[in-house]
Amino acid sequence: MFNNFFHRMASPKHFYGLAGILIPWLAVPCLLLTVAGLYYGLVKAPPDYQQGDSYRIMFIHVPAAWMSLFIYIVMAGAGAIGLIWRIKLAEVVAISSAPIGASFTFLALVTGSIWGKPMWGTWWVWDARLTSELILLFLYLGVIALNNAIDDKRTAARAVAILALVGVINIPIIHYSVEWWNTLHQGPTVTKFDKPSIHLSMLIPLLLMAVAFKLYYAFVVLMRARCEVLERERNSGWVKELAEKT
Amino acid sequence: MNSDSLTRAFLILIRRDLMLAVRHRAEMANPILFFVLVTSLFPLGIGANPALLQAVAPGVIWVAALLAALLSIENVFRSDFEDGSLEQYLLSSHPVSVLVLAKITAHWLITGLPLLLISPLLGILLGLPVDAIKVLFITLLLGTPVLSLIGAVGVALTVGLRKGGMILSLLVLPLYIPVLIFASSAVDTAAAGLPVTAHLSLIAALLLLALSLSPFATAAALRVSLS
Repeated sequence: MFNNFFHRMASPKHFYGLAGILIPWLAVPCLLLTVAGLYYGLVKAPPDYQQGDSYRIMFIHVPAAWMSLFIYIVMAGAGAIGLIWRIKLAEVVAISSAPIGASFTFLALVTGSIWGKPMWGTWWVWDARLTSELILLFLYLGVIALNNAIDDKRTAARAVAILALVGVINIPIIHYSVEWWNTLHQGPTVTKFDKPSIHLSMLIPLLLMAVAFKLYYAFVVLMRARCEVLERERNSGWVKELAEKT
Repeated sequence: MNSDSLTRAFLILIRRDLMLAVRHRAEMANPILFFVLVTSLFPLGIGANPALLQAVAPGVIWVAALLAALLSIENVFRSDFEDGSLEQYLLSSHPVSVLVLAKITAHWLITGLPLLLISPLLGILLGLPVDAIKVLFITLLLGTPVLSLIGAVGVALTVGLRKGGMILSLLVLPLYIPVLIFASSAVDTAAAGLPVTAHLSLIAALLLLALSLSPFATAAALRVSLS
């Protein structure tokens, strides 16, 4: 019975309708939280005693970096579900997540670089975290490239799922190897921004932005998944009905 | 069906691949030539200063080994895919992961082992001290099988594609990074006269992990590619 429930929920037709209802309920809070987070972050929060105002890019940078890893894990998880139980919807979610995750990774890298210029005096440092973020971007690009290269959508989804699973096993290995490489090779030539226990006035906008980014991911992935579902099911009855109605 | 026939299938597959390689000797030489050539380009590119060369040697040799492995890995399934024997492996009654492991082992014997044997020469060319050359040898011994094992997953995913080669490097190179880091820093550490047991243990751990997981991932990927 439990299984049945999931399969009914995961039927493309049911999903299409449900996602359509959910999207505004996710998008509006996302917008509100973003406005609130930016207001508190850019206006209300006091300037940092060392970094002045330039630390404020953190309110974009840190949530983006969190999302970059989170989305990869979601993608691998959805891919595994698609591989094991052959649930089409999980495949769709995995595929739709990849470009969003890549964008967040890119955003984290760019904002980090912009922040690094005034703080470290250089656009790029081979710091452990920067490097592993860059490698994560390559992993995303590999997933996207593989998906684009395979014509059959279902085959592509399964191939991508395997690749994402291999990647997810490798992420901790890559992360720690890079961290170790960095500490082995070069001493702390660049004094890293020593993380002070963050003040509440900065923590609140940060958390607001983090939740806003999560909601953004949720509604954008649903939008992308709806398109993907329509494309995959274009020969089925309910899509034709839908097309004729509009 | 017993374990005897499985062992036999494993050995027969390795023998077949080795025999094929011996009959195409010229192809066997390509990765080694590439490895030597790329390594010898670096002194020409960055200058012949011995201190500088010695400093970059571990990284240069390992990056060259990585590229040589990438260049040759596509052959692990390519010809079998083209003549249809890959499908026969999937249809056979033996577990595909074991057959895949045989293919990878044979491939490593054909391409990885020669790299390993020629590496001391390159170490001498770039002026590495003897201790570091020994460590370089051990890291290649432990590391190149990891490259073959990881690469096989990438090849299995892209073997059915017309332009698989381009994507293959994008898929596989990021996954090679941990091996590169541990191996080249092991050689670096050895050149500085420090103990390298920890590095070697980590590479060995990577090898065991790849050995236990990669055949299954490769088998699954082959099933997807050939479906």
